[in-house]
Amino acid sequence: MEKRIRVLVAKPGLDGHDRGAKVVARALRDAGFEVIYTGIRLTPEQIVETALQEDVNVVALSLLSGAHNTLFPKVVELLKEKGLNDVLVIGGGVIPDSDIPGLEKAGVATIFTPGTPTSDIVEFIKKNVK
Amino acid sequence: MDIVKGVLEKSRLATSKAITAVENEYPEAAEIMSKLYSHTGKAYIIGITGPPGAGKSTLTDKITKEYRNRGKTVGIVAIDPTSPYSGGAILGDRIRMMDISMDEGVFIRSMATRGSLGGLSQKTADAVKILDAYGCDIIIIETVGVGQSEVDIVKNADTTMVVLVPGLGDDIQAIKAGILEIGDLFTINKADRDGVEKIHIETEMMLELSGNYEGWRPPINRTIASDNEGIVAVVDAIEEHGKYLRETGELEKKRKERIKDELLAMVEDKITRHIYKTVVGSEDFANTITSLQKREINPYTVADNIVGKILK
Repeated sequence: MEKRIRVLVAKPGLDGHDRGAKVVARALRDAGFEVIYTGIRLTPEQIVETALQEDVNVVALSLLSGAHNTLFPKVVELLKEKGLNDVLVIGGGVIPDSDIPGLEKAGVATIFTPGTPTSDIVEFIKKNVK
Repeated sequence: MDIVKGVLEKSRLATSKAITAVENEYPEAAEIMSKLYSHTGKAYIIGITGPPGAGKSTLTDKITKEYRNRGKTVGIVAIDPTSPYSGGAILGDRIRMMDISMDEGVFIRSMATRGSLGGLSQKTADAVKILDAYGCDIIIIETVGVGQSEVDIVKNADTTMVVLVPGLGDDIQAIKAGILEIGDLFTINKADRDGVEKIHIETEMMLELSGNYEGWRPPINRTIASDNEGIVAVVDAIEEHGKYLRETGELEKKRKERIKDELLAMVEDKITRHIYKTVVGSEDFANTITSLQKREINPYTVADNIVGKILK
């Protein structure tokens, strides 16, 4: 069997700070994953439609504009609506610690805050992907 | 989920899952492809190849939009290289096509080469078939344009478009062996750059020198894809080529060749896998290699024996 882990790295909302997302994308590639990098300023609908067509195992959301409490749960909700129940959703960016429990309750598996070694992200995905 | 039923009933989720089954070689993949096969052969397949940075993805996006304007549905298979070191890949073609990703008449799938030497593989061909069965009128295969993959794409497409770009150092890219023989049309993208005249003339010269004076004469078009310039002419050229192939019976011929090649490749693949499973990896085999190295036996006889055993 030739299974590879496919990860969608996406930036929802109005946020153009993509350096972090690109660093993560490269790290995931170096770890042997196939990374679909879709860039900035996407709607949750675009992210989920992409996740569907690409049949990804993981959706990795990057957001530095503060809209995570609205947009991250929206992505989780739309994924479920489309029947993508086995997709692991993770997030990163500028996310206050106090917001993390709420996001996890809304279905985001975990949040990687600034300073997290990329190897942590890789290990988490390997351990939790379905 | 009945994946085959889903694909035929135009479920995007089923179509996506079908492609994954083929890519990851799931046990159900063979059955899925066998059942879908009779529903294929309808789509017109366009191959787009060229050097990295030529603007293939942007062109694919614009060409797709033009086809949508003409009432066609489009499937896109966008291929990027797998890193030979990590086995991973950045599939970054889709980023140029984000606005069409919400169009119900478009389906885009990114695929990594996963070590396939030619860049394309049976898996690519199967993904194309799945999109064909799903109902796409046009399917575009967009590839990494390096080395062997250019030749591969001809085998998979009805019309092959080579994308060139001015000023990439060596203006004689067009001379690269194989490129001229495979292009049904040539598109010089980023035509606002310095050197566009030069590359146009050189490509024309090379086409003259190739001596193919009858039949289809590959046109050379200029585009600035990012500005949506020159796209209509390119799509017209693709349609012209399609018309030519149909009227001359060339399309039937091409597709017959493709089917033949595909069947043979599948048979070869099965035999090779069988050999790897049964012959290589046995202790006997390791001893054989040692004996060969000591020149106690010779590989010609060994090969005959191996094949003789298998064929029995």
